[in-house]
Amino acid sequence: MRLSTNIVKDYLIVAFEGELDHHTTEEARMKIDSLYYDNNLSNMILDLRKLNFMDSSGIGLIMGRYRNCKERQGDISIVNTNPSVERILRMSGLLKIINMYSNIEEAIDGKRGE
Amino acid sequence: MVEKNHMRLEILSKSTNESFARVVVAAFASQLDPTIEELSDIKTAVSEAVTNAIIHGYEYNEGIVIIESTIEGNRIEIVVEDKGKGIDDIKKAMEPFYTSKPDLERSGMGFTVMETFMDELIVESQLGNGTRVKMAKVFHSLVDKE
Repeated sequence: MRLSTNIVKDYLIVAFEGELDHHTTEEARMKIDSLYYDNNLSNMILDLRKLNFMDSSGIGLIMGRYRNCKERQGDISIVNTNPSVERILRMSGLLKIINMYSNIEEAIDGKRGE
Repeated sequence: MVEKNHMRLEILSKSTNESFARVVVAAFASQLDPTIEELSDIKTAVSEAVTNAIIHGYEYNEGIVIIESTIEGNRIEIVVEDKGKGIDDIKKAMEPFYTSKPDLERSGMGFTVMETFMDELIVESQLGNGTRVKMAKVFHSLVDKE
């Protein structure tokens, strides 16, 4: 799995590419958390559009990042257009607490509009 | 109708083998001409069962995970077995969001995913002797064509 990260203002934008499972979540978690805390950020956008596989380990990863963002009174959102990823996100109930958008711009605007 | 077919795969309980196991089962299942969604369901269910064996069955120690699959007609059966520590309370383990390892940020959704994505799920376990997860799914793509 490839992870690319970008910091825009107080947003950490994380783009996942490939397969997110138990094996790949460990490394992703460390990388995301160190960037988030070292740069003192509050908000996070997880871009899952280029994932071609995700299982419940990915759900655990997102739940953990959700908790971290809430602790800092920050916001977290998901960008996704992949139907199989959406299925497991919906099944887990995560989409009841985290907004999903189809692109990064919408994700940033969505929060500004609140 | 596809004739009866069977495969057996033995892997070391390493997390790198999770993707290997699900890809092998998906490749085996592809002879039933599944839809993309059906194939994705199979891959996810296998991934959950193998991950459970590695994290919970063997608790990251080295062990063997056996994956067997049988195809008959338009139905695929998949068995994932470990010789690890076993599950103390299967009913509790299968509850959505329950995890015995919350410190590892596990979602507790593994069995719920298997149940949702497959048509049948049977979990057998014996403390100290291991766990056997048997699941099955009927592919409708073949039925619809015939």
